[in-house]
Amino acid sequence: MSLIGGSSQVVRKAVVDALSLPAFILFFTMMGFGSLMQQAGFDALMAAVATLTIWGLPGQLAMVELTVTGQGLIAIVVACSLANARFMPMVVSFVPAMARGGASVWRQLLDAQMLSINSWAVCMREFPRVEAQWRPLYYRTFAGFILGAAVLGTLLGYYGAVILPAVIVLGLIFTSPLFFALVLATTPGRAERLSMLAGCAIVPVAGHFYPSIDLLITGVVGGTVGFVGARFWQTDG
Amino acid sequence: MDRLWWIVLGCGAATFLWRGLGVVVVRRIDPQGAVFRWITCVSYAMVAGLIFRMIVLPESDLASVPLAQRIAAVALAFAAYFLLGRRLVAGVLAGSLTLSALAYWFT
Repeated sequence: MSLIGGSSQVVRKAVVDALSLPAFILFFTMMGFGSLMQQAGFDALMAAVATLTIWGLPGQLAMVELTVTGQGLIAIVVACSLANARFMPMVVSFVPAMARGGASVWRQLLDAQMLSINSWAVCMREFPRVEAQWRPLYYRTFAGFILGAAVLGTLLGYYGAVILPAVIVLGLIFTSPLFFALVLATTPGRAERLSMLAGCAIVPVAGHFYPSIDLLITGVVGGTVGFVGARFWQTDG
Repeated sequence: MDRLWWIVLGCGAATFLWRGLGVVVVRRIDPQGAVFRWITCVSYAMVAGLIFRMIVLPESDLASVPLAQRIAAVALAFAAYFLLGRRLVAGVLAGSLTLSALAYWFT
């Protein structure tokens, strides 16, 4: 398999990969968020800035839901932060996959700010098909493109620009988990696969006992199970 | 400043803390080492858990669709993806349309 390289080819691949689902998924998902922000009394600029700066739907939803139920500022910020805690391990696993050192700390912070579950999942899958020195360009083009689609969706949702029948909306909401499930289904690596299986098994239990930090528990326990399990597997086999 | 602005910017800053912490950690660990591989496993477990939760235990309007219908839609998405040459668009379209059709017929 020949690798993709050169700026025009890499940019084209990033735009095509973004347009063949992620941009649309984020556009429709963020329309839902924009509509919730409008109902909660935020103004349109706040809704757009929330998508741009938080850039993680579970945290954004925690923010708008807790604001509606009249929680205090600290409680809202803490809940949003905990709902988005996955960015810490995601950034750690992502940065070396994209580039082996070299980037300045500011560049890395900007890359970290643009990271979302979409760009993480798609890039972890597509990076092996892109020449190493072109991976940052691929990521930044892809991430910038879907961020733009998300902000546009937030604003159109805020102004109620597109009204769709309820059953279509259900199908559109469902595109997001479907897309991630398919993208991750072919993840190579025994440790990664075992971690994902463990994560699925643990999340309902963690959610039952510790709903606000369920993903943190899921990640630490599931990731440890996958990491240790794969090592045992290796020594046995 | 408006209280709602404090909420939005506070949430943005609080999320950025995790991203920034990720950058701090990644500059200090060996990308070939065991700690890095463990944190990668943690990411995969977290992301898989989040997706599993979105499908099986949704907090959105999807909760109004029975679990069996959601699972049927996922099964069709996987079938379409693998049968039609691993095309993500085919899988997602099949699953999404199945869910909409089931929701339409059973309500």
